[in-house]
Amino acid sequence: MEEHLINNVLLGLLMMTGFAIVRMKSLLAVTMLTSIYSLLSASLFVVLDAVDVALTEAAIGAGISTILLLATVARTTDEEKAPRHKPLLPLFVVVATGAALIYGTLDMPNYGDPMAPIHLHVAPTYLHVTPEEIGVPNVVTSVLASFRGYDTLGEVTVIFTAGAGVLALLGYRTRRRNSQDPEIRKMVVLRVITKLFFPLILLFALYVQFHGDYGPGGGFQAGVIFATGFILYALAYGLGNVQRIIPYRTLRIMMVAGVLIYIGVGIESMLLGGKFLEYRILADDPVTGQHLGIMLIELGVGITVAAVILIIYYGFVSRRH
Amino acid sequence: MHDMMHGVLGLYNYWIVIILMMTGFYTVIARPNLVKKIIGLFIFQTSVFILFISMAKIEGGTAPIISEGARIYSNPLPHVLILTAIVVSLATTALALALVIRIREAYGTIDEDDIHVQDEAA
Repeated sequence: MEEHLINNVLLGLLMMTGFAIVRMKSLLAVTMLTSIYSLLSASLFVVLDAVDVALTEAAIGAGISTILLLATVARTTDEEKAPRHKPLLPLFVVVATGAALIYGTLDMPNYGDPMAPIHLHVAPTYLHVTPEEIGVPNVVTSVLASFRGYDTLGEVTVIFTAGAGVLALLGYRTRRRNSQDPEIRKMVVLRVITKLFFPLILLFALYVQFHGDYGPGGGFQAGVIFATGFILYALAYGLGNVQRIIPYRTLRIMMVAGVLIYIGVGIESMLLGGKFLEYRILADDPVTGQHLGIMLIELGVGITVAAVILIIYYGFVSRRH
Repeated sequence: MHDMMHGVLGLYNYWIVIILMMTGFYTVIARPNLVKKIIGLFIFQTSVFILFISMAKIEGGTAPIISEGARIYSNPLPHVLILTAIVVSLATTALALALVIRIREAYGTIDEDDIHVQDEAA
């Protein structure tokens, strides 16, 4: 009952935020609203039992995307010009599409229905087989890293490609040490809090990385949180100082190393006589093999994600205005 | 209340999702500002995430982490698909924003109408 109430309130807030985003002209305000929109949907994911998804959405949608949007607005313009055309045609298209989609939902099973077709095929198998065969309590992790390991390898490659793409578009420039806005230097509270939080964020990232088998988390989330720690430090102390800790060259190696670890685990299981990414062959005991395989590929995912996000951030921020 | 959930209200989540989706779609096609378009795409994407996750929910279920005392778990498969989709959405957003920065450098504007005018003049 309370669940339904929270669900409906969050959906209502999402609609209000969405309408405000369309109406507002200041792109800075719209960026902040987008961050709120993402945080609201992360909260909704918790209510809907998708804790892993919520963690990812909060870290990526509300965190990193907002920072990239802010960097873009700072490098372009904050003012949105009024459209030259009347919005009648788009409005018509949107209403017609929406009506067709709502008509389509009439055939859908009800929300929360345990007998919906989606719950009757592979999902029960994943839930039953995971405890014995994979031995990790978090079924999302076992599906992501083991049952659908090929998919996840593809995903990591997409991230890698995005990093390479942003690098090709924006290039990269090293910043001098201590090169930062003098205004930010005066913000003592921000700088002290950043120093206090920086190690805690990195520790939390490691927890999310290695506890992903047992609770919500895993390589994707941990990589993002790890990168967030360095981005926070860069915001308070300047990009130049962070580049001394993690130079661009290291990031480039990390970005490739993560993908290679993932593929390496697959090749290793082939060399041991199994199929590509067949983890149970990695150790004498199949469940131990699964544990080892999942831990290694999650590590690869984490390294690549963290490196790509930092490379993207370096690219956006080091570009001249 | 339970009966009402199985009537019209059983589809309520999906309808709100469609309204959100259309809000994003409208922003993409009606607004000439490129950053605003990307934000519209972001709203659209997030509403698709909510659609999938709503379908995964089972009444009375809990998060799909095997534990003592829990018997019904929500469907883990859409969670996996959406988890990776969120990461891919970051990749596409970052690439799109990088393109916007380059467009601004080349054209001096991020307004689609102005870009068309300049293209036709050239």
